[in-house]
Amino acid sequence: MIPAAFEYARAGSVDEAIALLGEHGDDAKLLAGGHSLLPLMKLRLATPSVLVDVGRLDELSYVRDDGDTVAIGGLTRHHDVEHNALLREHVPLLAAAAGEVGDPQVRHRGTLGGSLAHGDPASDLPAVVLALRGSIVARGSGGERVIAADDFFREFLETALAPDEVITEVRVPKTGAAGWSFQKFNRRAQDWAIVGVAAVGGDAPGVALVNMGSTPVRAAAVEAALREGASAADAAALAAEGTDAPSDLNASPEYRQHLARVLVGRALAEVGAGRS
Amino acid sequence: MTTPMSEVAVAITVNGIVTEHEVEARTLLVQYLRETVGLTGTNIGCDSTSCGACTVLLDGESVKSCTVLAAQVDGRSVTTIEGLADGDALHPMQAAFREHHGLQCGYCTPGMVMAAVSLAQEGGPLSEDAVRKGLEGNLCRCTGYHNIVAAVRAGSADMAGAAS
Repeated sequence: MIPAAFEYARAGSVDEAIALLGEHGDDAKLLAGGHSLLPLMKLRLATPSVLVDVGRLDELSYVRDDGDTVAIGGLTRHHDVEHNALLREHVPLLAAAAGEVGDPQVRHRGTLGGSLAHGDPASDLPAVVLALRGSIVARGSGGERVIAADDFFREFLETALAPDEVITEVRVPKTGAAGWSFQKFNRRAQDWAIVGVAAVGGDAPGVALVNMGSTPVRAAAVEAALREGASAADAAALAAEGTDAPSDLNASPEYRQHLARVLVGRALAEVGAGRS
Repeated sequence: MTTPMSEVAVAITVNGIVTEHEVEARTLLVQYLRETVGLTGTNIGCDSTSCGACTVLLDGESVKSCTVLAAQVDGRSVTTIEGLADGDALHPMQAAFREHHGLQCGYCTPGMVMAAVSLAQEGGPLSEDAVRKGLEGNLCRCTGYHNIVAAVRAGSADMAGAAS
């Protein structure tokens, strides 16, 4: 399968990428690692007429200690997130989950910014950034802005990014000694999660779900119950509340709801959250 | 500002030799290797980033060449299965696959070997668990995994020994 024909431009800077997006509008797409976009283009589910390749902007590949948070360049590959010492120490949930994305070959190409910009509810890392209450830094013709993860995922494959905005950085708070868990349920190695759970403990536990709606979704009822002192089991029983689980070849909505409750229960046990 | 082009001039080092061609922007790396350069050792299996038959090394790291554009690789270095052996002397990972009969029909083998070389370079001598997890991106439809795992473990030990 070969994508429909398009024109290709390699951006030499973020500003040039923004200008190219501005000039070509809705017909243009950014290309980073290409591991979300190129498969869609091969299936003709996406047919952009211009690809703006930002893959060579090495200045957007970094992990930086920013005090209470860790800042990660938008083009940092999953492989580099997985193996980064700073993240493994201070945000182990993100490093561990990055190591569960796809397979080694995919992790050598796919990027954190690309995964978030794609906004797929079945992807692992959007839910992780939600659970961590991270934020996304976007730069466009109007300048730079910081978008909370809670405000970022809008609809199926639709985010708060404007057509000419580039994700330059992702910021996640350090989680210190808080427990964490990433649960990914699938039938075959390397598959997308049928349901996944990202959870982090501490004073304000964060729990988010993979593939339980049209966007990555926060398990708000679980978090609220934990704040009010519920047991892990009672909180986990609320995991499917407020979700809109999809139906596909892998699972019915009811099965996904069941999985969400079971997996959140496992995650909370691993995190050590909830009254015992 | 760069003008978007439907044809792209690329210079890609393949197995140590610089190849220069004008290609359609949509040309996949695997097509470039097989059809433009004429190296058909890299197989196309699922063509959808799943099976790993098309795995090659990009600057030393395993990638699925069905999901990379030739244009993205301009100026970089690719190693295919044809570039592993040193003349008649098999690469340690190739030799381990032969020694342990890590193949049945052989279709997945070039991708398996390339993925295994990348894995061994990153992880030194590999445990069985590390091999099984590390080869998640490579499917063998003959279900020959047992011998493949044994081959990759042996090959990774040989590579680590050769490096030290």
